Amino acid sequence: MADIKADETVDITDVVCPVTFVKAKVALDELDEGQILSIKLNDGEPVQNVPRSMKEEGHKVLKLDDNGDGTYQLYVEKVGE
Amino acid sequence: MDIKFTNDQLERYSRHIILKEVGVKGQKKLLGGSVLIIGAGGLGAPAALYLAAAGVGHIGIVDADVVDLSNLQRQVIHTTNDIGKPKVESAKETMEAINPDVEVTTYQKFLASDNIMDIIKDYDIILDGTDNFPAKFLINDACVMANKPFVHAGIIRFKGQLMTVIPHESPCYRCVFKTMPPKDAVPTCKQAGVIGAMAGVIGCLQALEAVKYLTGAGELLTGKLLTFDALKMEFHTIKLPPRGEGCAVCSDHPTITELIDYEQAQCEWKPGQN
Repeated sequence: MADIKADETVDITDVVCPVTFVKAKVALDELDEGQILSIKLNDGEPVQNVPRSMKEEGHKVLKLDDNGDGTYQLYVEKVGE
Repeated sequence: MDIKFTNDQLERYSRHIILKEVGVKGQKKLLGGSVLIIGAGGLGAPAALYLAAAGVGHIGIVDADVVDLSNLQRQVIHTTNDIGKPKVESAKETMEAINPDVEVTTYQKFLASDNIMDIIKDYDIILDGTDNFPAKFLINDACVMANKPFVHAGIIRFKGQLMTVIPHESPCYRCVFKTMPPKDAVPTCKQAGVIGAMAGVIGCLQALEAVKYLTGAGELLTGKLLTFDALKMEFHTIKLPPRGEGCAVCSDHPTITELIDYEQAQCEWKPGQN
């Protein structure tokens, strides 16, 4: 499977829920529809909540990669303006 | 408007930004928005607290009075230490303490036909937190003439009412109430009393309408009058007739084209008093 090319990346490992989702949302807001955001997030609460919240907002969750160091990489395609 | 959030702001406004209906764009609109609160009393106090907390970037507050001991039962933006201080100063201090993002402009004056237009022109939406009919008709007429949205509210004893007016789109206060009630037909708060938390409920609803207007979330209380009876704990929404041709100020052929300073119609009323 070809790697997904992200248009922008954001690291939300430095904040805790719910600011994780807020920080990701702010980063996504900067993008145009169809662009892809790569989000670095921690295991546990963030990985359980952020992908779900992104889906609830109507965005496309493309892929979740385990970085092998307790963090994950989430790829989200922006839907809507 | 290009506002870059700091980490502190992300945290402060996280509960707003999480909401789909507000989000990043809505919070930026709040920070770039402005609200004028007329009256720093029972209605204006809670409205001012919540709008400051919400991060409305510019809040204006109008009141000629100083804080009095009898105000503190309901005007929760002022404290015992503020007695004797101008209400607008006391309100500004509290709002700035809640949220340094907010710029507060104070107007320690009575509103009248010769100054209201100049004050309302700088704001996106106006909240009527006054307690007397001359002020309510003045605010309505000025907002209609200046095409400024406003949120009317009134409270007495255990009852409150609320309506939002988008001039020339939805019915205005004068569409519903026509003209001043006869002298002494309606008691003032001072004569009749009011429950503090009641004022809080209605003032918070005004703040909520302002937040919805600025962010574009949901539907406004236009074309409707909301009434609240605290003793029965009942809210009713009364649908109003459509904005007709008959209104003296907001119809296409108004008969009122200049602002009116009505004489005091209730006993003991002083202009600008809340």
